[in-house]
Amino acid sequence: MPVEIPVEQWPGRVIEETIGATPAEGGTRSRVVKVGGENTLPFMLTDGEMPNPPRIAIEIADRRPTDWSPLLLEAWGDVVDDPAKWAKAAEEAGADLVLLQLSLTRDGSKPTTAADAKALTRAVLQATGLPILVFGPGQVDADNELLVAVAEEAAGERIVLGICEEKNYRTIVAAALANGHLVNGRTAMDVNLAKQLNILIADMGLPLDRIIMDPTTAGLGYGIEYGYSVMERLRLAALQGDKMTQLPMLVTPGFEAWRQKEAKVGEGVPASWGDWRQRAILWETLTASNLILSGADIVVLRHPETVKRVRAFIERLMAK
Amino acid sequence: MALTGLQIYKLLPQTNCKECGFPTCLAFAMKLAAKQAELSACPYVSEEARAQLDAAAAPPIRLVSVEGPGHKVEVGNETVLFRHEKTFYHPPGLFVRVKDAWPVEQVKGAAKEAMDYSVTYVGMDLHLDGVAVEAASGSPETFAAAVKAVREVTDRPLILMASDPAVLKAGLAAADGTRPLLYAATAENWQAVAEIAKAANAPVAVRADSLDDLADLTEKVKGAGIQDIVLDPGVRDPAGTLVTLTHLRRLALKKNFRPLGFPIITFPGEGASDVIEEAQLAAEHIAKYAGFIVLDRFAPEMAYALMAWRVNVYTNPQEPIKVQPGVYEINNPKPDSPVMITTNFSITYFSVANEVDGSGQPGWLLVADAEGMSVLTAWAAGKFDAEKIAKTVKTTGIEEKISHRKLIIPGAVAVLMGEVEEELPGWQILVGPREAVDLPGYLKLWKSF
Repeated sequence: MPVEIPVEQWPGRVIEETIGATPAEGGTRSRVVKVGGENTLPFMLTDGEMPNPPRIAIEIADRRPTDWSPLLLEAWGDVVDDPAKWAKAAEEAGADLVLLQLSLTRDGSKPTTAADAKALTRAVLQATGLPILVFGPGQVDADNELLVAVAEEAAGERIVLGICEEKNYRTIVAAALANGHLVNGRTAMDVNLAKQLNILIADMGLPLDRIIMDPTTAGLGYGIEYGYSVMERLRLAALQGDKMTQLPMLVTPGFEAWRQKEAKVGEGVPASWGDWRQRAILWETLTASNLILSGADIVVLRHPETVKRVRAFIERLMAK
Repeated sequence: MALTGLQIYKLLPQTNCKECGFPTCLAFAMKLAAKQAELSACPYVSEEARAQLDAAAAPPIRLVSVEGPGHKVEVGNETVLFRHEKTFYHPPGLFVRVKDAWPVEQVKGAAKEAMDYSVTYVGMDLHLDGVAVEAASGSPETFAAAVKAVREVTDRPLILMASDPAVLKAGLAAADGTRPLLYAATAENWQAVAEIAKAANAPVAVRADSLDDLADLTEKVKGAGIQDIVLDPGVRDPAGTLVTLTHLRRLALKKNFRPLGFPIITFPGEGASDVIEEAQLAAEHIAKYAGFIVLDRFAPEMAYALMAWRVNVYTNPQEPIKVQPGVYEINNPKPDSPVMITTNFSITYFSVANEVDGSGQPGWLLVADAEGMSVLTAWAAGKFDAEKIAKTVKTTGIEEKISHRKLIIPGAVAVLMGEVEEELPGWQILVGPREAVDLPGYLKLWKSF
């Protein structure tokens, strides 16, 4: 019996964005990374095309993290004491992008200064040829001060500055506009809030192809279904032609999975949770894999083993 | 596809006899369309019309069940492609495969380990659903012995896997007292398999490597009198399963294509080389769109992660899981132990309770009725304000249990501190951490506040 395959063609398409700039384009990256551009639901390559697979960013901290799981510190070893070495190690671990997360302080007491942020950005740019993202500590005043400095230091490199939120985006967007960068806009798991922030950022004159949206997510078992469904809704809206949702999506499964006990700790947990190391890798891997199925264009990861796992899964999903 | 009131009206006698209890046939038809009346209320409807109406009322994806004496798994009857459109109803059954070519003790051990496994997640005890026994030996006796061995260690349902009908029949006899899924009818053996299934009233999985062949086969099996069918479209890799299972769901829901309107069985282990890879594939199948998932590997951490994900995906997006409001005692609190308050959204509650529990420090956890919303959402919606916090303190009887008057509110609603102080005269309001994960550190310092 001939069965007619139900193909779904969509009027809309996610904007394709370019992160990083090579010397020919005014930067120093050894290659650029393109994200987005799909006109189909994730991996439904019988319906449309996905010119770019989901990309993997590895998160590095600007100093030895104080709250990371011992499993992560063990996996990276001594490089966690040196952001430049860590960036290089991330590139070797198979990252497409390196995300530098700035801290509020340098050593637990001395605040991170604009000069520190510039030096850190410079060091990371010199250590890796990959395009980079730089996220501020998440406090309005510090973010504004540090990210402006970062934007200036990295002028022409087409980096991604984060995080823009509704309560604080103007200074960061202005810094991106002035220095040729992109921004990452984060909203709290809500389709309309995401759209609204995109509109506010675009109203400042930043072209849509320099805005990435981060709808926020949660770890496996800790509310991931909210993030998952918001992403599905945003992507469906984009494919149906809603311009202000047609932006690539970035989510942070590494952060979300590793703050949960299932990944973070090996002691004082039920025996039914099984082997700690494998559970931790599973927690981050499944959080990321599942979010890729709901439309993530960039996943920010932490453990090198997860990077391999998620990369392999993406490659298999992209196989025709 | 559901019929409209007018389409139904055309199939009714149109005599307006009122015996159904409605004034006109049209009014009755409208009620039928809205599923507020039963066709059996009409004494005069023709057999032909009844058949048409029944067919139209049947769900686009048939509900299929397997049973053991202690457990029933129902899958299918899904109505949407995306969980936000309504909800997913019947979580896929997670089965673990054993092979009859293994020594009987190994079969038994593997089945027992997987079936005895249980893990608590947001207050629910989760476990796997059953065992798939595969006839790798080709011998009816060996297969029957393996099925019998599995039955000795579990009351959960079985999937019997054999291509030789004689072997299948021997396994079925050994599975007496259960309603297993028979796997699989193929182009070669479907007549004999359908006959066995019909006699046992058991559901049958059909396997073919193209949707065209699969649809042919389901029609044949249906023609042999089998209604409860499960589909194996033969795909095993992540891309193939995602695309094919999505096509099947679309065909059923959007085209109401009856020959493929059945739940789907998947075998993630056949497309994977280790636990993590198998888990990635199984997780894909949980989200998109399997009814039975047969795992080849079992590890506690994998089972936990997959079952948590399954609960997540099948949670009704319109109805958050809630816990009962009230006072929860953690680590045997004393009158001088700290008092914390949070909302009754299950994930919020368990995140907080688990942290306090894990800290080893005693505490009283007050849970406010915030209609199942998380702290920030409830605060934004006015369901977790100063008044609600005060009411929770007053009505839970916590005041009689403690010797102090200090209340820790979540850091995310620090802005409420002043208002809560006004609502609760005599209480000292402390602002706790924003994230539950920081509670153990905070509680260590509590005595000094």
